[in-house]
Amino acid sequence: MTKHRLLVLAPPLAALVLAFLVSLIVLAISGADPIEAFGNVAEYGSRLNTLVETINWATPLYLSGVAVAIGFRMNLFNIGVEGQYIIGAFFAAQVGSIIELPPVLHVVAILLTAMLGGAVWAGLAGLMKVTRNVHEVISTIMLNGIAVGGVVSYLLGVWDVPDPGLDTALGAIPESGWFPSLSPLLGLDTRSELWGFVLVAVVVGFVYHYFVGRTRWGYDLRASGANATAAEASGVDPKRTIVMAMVLSGLVAGLVGLPELLGDSHFYSLRFTQGLGFAGIAVALLGRNHAGGIAIAALLFGWLSRASGILEVRGDAPREIVAIIQGVIILSVVVAYSIAERYRRVEAARAAAAVVGEER
Amino acid sequence: MSHPLKDREDLPPLTRSWVQSLQAVKLNWVVIGVGGILLLAITERFARIPTTDLASSGTWSIALGWSIPILMAGLGGMFSERSGVVNIGLEGLLVLGTWFGAWGTLVTGSPWIGMVYAAVAGALGGLLMAVVTVSFGVDHIIAGTAILVMAPGLTRYLSDLIFPRYGGSITQSPTVVGVSTFDVPFLAGGSIFGWESPDLLGALERSDIFLIGEVGGILRGFVFQMSWLTLLGILVVPGAAYLLWRTRFGLRLRSCGEDPDAADSLGVNVYKYKYYGVVISGVLAGFGGGFLSVQLSGLYKEAQTGGKGFIGLATMIFGNWRPTGTASGALLFGFTETLRLRDPNAPHALLLFVAIVLGIFMIRSIRRRHWISAVGMAVVGGLVAAVYFTTDRVPNQLPQITPYIAVLVVLLFATRRLRMPAADGRIWIKGSS
Repeated sequence: MTKHRLLVLAPPLAALVLAFLVSLIVLAISGADPIEAFGNVAEYGSRLNTLVETINWATPLYLSGVAVAIGFRMNLFNIGVEGQYIIGAFFAAQVGSIIELPPVLHVVAILLTAMLGGAVWAGLAGLMKVTRNVHEVISTIMLNGIAVGGVVSYLLGVWDVPDPGLDTALGAIPESGWFPSLSPLLGLDTRSELWGFVLVAVVVGFVYHYFVGRTRWGYDLRASGANATAAEASGVDPKRTIVMAMVLSGLVAGLVGLPELLGDSHFYSLRFTQGLGFAGIAVALLGRNHAGGIAIAALLFGWLSRASGILEVRGDAPREIVAIIQGVIILSVVVAYSIAERYRRVEAARAAAAVVGEER
Repeated sequence: MSHPLKDREDLPPLTRSWVQSLQAVKLNWVVIGVGGILLLAITERFARIPTTDLASSGTWSIALGWSIPILMAGLGGMFSERSGVVNIGLEGLLVLGTWFGAWGTLVTGSPWIGMVYAAVAGALGGLLMAVVTVSFGVDHIIAGTAILVMAPGLTRYLSDLIFPRYGGSITQSPTVVGVSTFDVPFLAGGSIFGWESPDLLGALERSDIFLIGEVGGILRGFVFQMSWLTLLGILVVPGAAYLLWRTRFGLRLRSCGEDPDAADSLGVNVYKYKYYGVVISGVLAGFGGGFLSVQLSGLYKEAQTGGKGFIGLATMIFGNWRPTGTASGALLFGFTETLRLRDPNAPHALLLFVAIVLGIFMIRSIRRRHWISAVGMAVVGGLVAAVYFTTDRVPNQLPQITPYIAVLVVLLFATRRLRMPAADGRIWIKGSS
């Protein structure tokens, strides 16, 4: 049992150690004193304001990670979270700025719009897979290109409202559609406010955990992922499960852009954060598709990107060092899991051989 | 005993002879080429909204240049997937090429050496991908995603570290000068030792006779203001075809993508050939990236690849994992991209072209009784025709997303004609099956 636990925990720990070593080297190349730089990051990273920003950054990463993980659980690779959340956030911003509703209902309407947008975009890939056998990796890559370069870019040109930053943007969402900050409630007096959307992420996490682990649908999902043929033989409709998994993944993906939209910017523009979909893949991998694991991974990535800001301020190194470190973490963690898996198989084979030997 | 993977002499050869294949290729491509130019001529002369640049040598010369990065990414993807490794990290490898190409040119002063830097950077990216996917058996898509995330971060980091010293910034390099261009003598009026040769294709183009003028213009686009790097890029197409389908190396590499167990049982070192495939893929993508920054843009700029790696992946599928098909796809997408920048009316006229092509494919599908394809082509073609007749301009974004839509349409309605390597994307570990 302890050996099993060691095998589960060793890969991420090994990855972190490797990432630590790589960052030492990169810092040294940049001409900084690594020890001093780490001291700076640790000091800045433990300030309350940085921790608040860490949670704000981890929220979209977590939602994106869960969206990817839903697909992973049934061996579907949803590369399209990127396009799905852009579509979701874009239409949510447009609907949110046009409709007039009382506070809570307004937010609910925006949430539903975003989820619907993400689900439709993901569902397209699911339908293409079950009807014409188009691999979801290819279809979602193409749908990403169409979403970002086509649909959003075109409609932004049609619906644009000039914003102060000389940028094309949609109209702003009125205050009734904002997601309240948690800072006053917790008595936090930091420069950055704590976005309330983190609560939605927590709810999504629990629903994901319960849904995949405790319901019949979740069981079908996992069964199809583990062994499609066996699942089909036991009465699971594979086509329905594929479409359902993609739609569910898209529902969550649609939410990814909302923490920023409802907590901070309140309008959609060309400067809206991109790349969260790909980051979600990394977070899901690191967290092993487990609701809690993804949370830890999202917090880690969020902290890295916020705490590293000090490197630039102090002139130690460009903050882009974080992208390199994140890449090293992903690669080394998947390699480490792969090695651990092979080791486990060899051990299992050896144990089986020992049992067979005893029976003779 | 003869080598197991060599054609045996007592059996009819598995592959066609040189002459036979040349004849087959010629017929097929001449028909498609002339048919395409004829359609283009019809489109230009009868377009509802007048356009002039569809078949001019200027347009095609630029289109050729812009299709090179797409072509390199596509051929790179082909090498990798022919050896059985799906490489969705091409966009990242392209990014590495753009940065290292510009940097190499900047520090050495020579665009040629800059391109070597770009290719080596791509190769190292490919090597990383190969180590992770082939040696460690990590899922190909995951490894590709890691490269997609890491490459832009690395180049941004390096830009901040290095370019300010040369007068650039964190997002772009100072300008660099690419390699020189030339006009081919006789065909495009290039000079030989100072003597100016006649411009034959130019004369055809200027004649403006239906079809002949268009043929002259398009062909001239391939021979004037051509850079040596462009020529090198074009030569990769026959080079790749020869290497993969005419040599022992190519047969073994492809066998790893089709059936690694069989290849292994016949003594092929599957790991080695997969490494070759992925590293070659990196070299080509790096070259394509370097071409984009050094030759086409004259500087490195953040996000300048703009999805060209993904479009390359699309052309590879579009081209059925073959060099000629990939090349025609790259040229097509380079052409639509160029038109968007040159003549705002041209994309609208092209709708007519697309509608006619889809109509032809629909008739073919009906004759072959592929009903789903026929209905699909009819619906999409009808939609395109409707847009053509009811609007005067198409959104600027349409040419940009054409490659993505084209691939989805092809995958949805013409899957019968596509055949990817049988073991593409499979994690293969020696002795585990």
